[in-house]
Amino acid sequence: MTRTSSDDRNWTVEERLRERFVRGLAGDGAEYEAFLRELCGHLRAYLRKRLAGMPDDIEDLVQETLIAVHSRRDTYDRGQPLTAWVHAIARYKIVDLLRTHGPRARATEVFDEDSDLFGSVDNEAALAKRDVARLLERLPERQRLPIVHTRLEGLSVAEAARATGMSESAVKVGVHRGLKALASMIRGER
Amino acid sequence: MKTDDLIADLARGAGAVEPNAVARRYATAIGWGGFAATLVMALYLGVRPDLRTAALLPMFWVKLVFPGALFAIALALAARLARPAMPLGNLPRLLFVPLIAVWAIAAAELAGAQPASRAALVLGRSWSVCPLYITLLSAPIFAGAFWAMKRLAPTRLVRAGAACGLVAGGLGACIYALHCDEMSAAFLGSWYVIGMLIPTIAGAILGPKLLRW
Repeated sequence: MTRTSSDDRNWTVEERLRERFVRGLAGDGAEYEAFLRELCGHLRAYLRKRLAGMPDDIEDLVQETLIAVHSRRDTYDRGQPLTAWVHAIARYKIVDLLRTHGPRARATEVFDEDSDLFGSVDNEAALAKRDVARLLERLPERQRLPIVHTRLEGLSVAEAARATGMSESAVKVGVHRGLKALASMIRGER
Repeated sequence: MKTDDLIADLARGAGAVEPNAVARRYATAIGWGGFAATLVMALYLGVRPDLRTAALLPMFWVKLVFPGALFAIALALAARLARPAMPLGNLPRLLFVPLIAVWAIAAAELAGAQPASRAALVLGRSWSVCPLYITLLSAPIFAGAFWAMKRLAPTRLVRAGAACGLVAGGLGACIYALHCDEMSAAFLGSWYVIGMLIPTIAGAILGPKLLRW
């Protein structure tokens, strides 16, 4: 039966990871590093599956989760399954990311809804696009340019940074704050 | 930073972890918080003067055991909520046991009393200050419980905050019971409950804001 064999495989991963982790907790640095490396691979695969729409955030989130697992490793109870413990931490970090980036997620949703609503009628769609352009005009340049480059023209963060002469983190922050501002403008206008 | 470098960094300085981190953290927090609350109670409110004779009455002990039981259950809940994915089991339902017990005693008490004296049983002489004092006494424990929780790994922040709040409210009410000379279960089942609910609700509201990590 396929279910049994995949359960078996998961169980082996759980057992091996758990053994390494527990040895790490006892002070074995090499085992702990091996644990983190293996966990990292699992986390990346797990997050890729769940955050397909946010490829830029996956590696950040992998790191965030590794740091969380590391800094809170003393809260692991040896009687509980390690998978459940790590999974709860990863899920918490995902939710936390979505919450702090909430305005961005919401802004994207707002734009998506517009295209769904107006998609079938051409001039309405054009109106919606003009609305966005008009709102973008009201943003300061350090927020508007990163949004135009990365979200409308499809450049990567690095390319947008080169095009604007801004640093990569400034581009990311600009997109983030700009979309937040756009979202609040939209909420305020409608 | 590359993830590989991060892993190497994390593993390098890791070392061994002391066991029982959750228990030790809570012992420190509750110890200091309870000490501060007891000090405030003794200095500003005063232990009830008839403590020796009151200690012979069952109601005196009910007043300690009721909030004490809620405190103990809340502490067990907080310890579980501090660990990711730790199941809560029957603990949330167990909270109703002391509550229903006290309400049952109160109902019997009120049923046996003259209708005219029922209001006096519920209101006592100190209904207007009781919830406030319990809330005030719970404040240092509340701070301690949040301090402990924040450095552990709560992933259910509303419930974790509420559990911290009830830990504080329960212990605060226990300490307040050494000052308060009300001796009716009807009083206990209303004003003590409100006094413990205030920090619990405050904890549920503040949890998501203060316990993020």
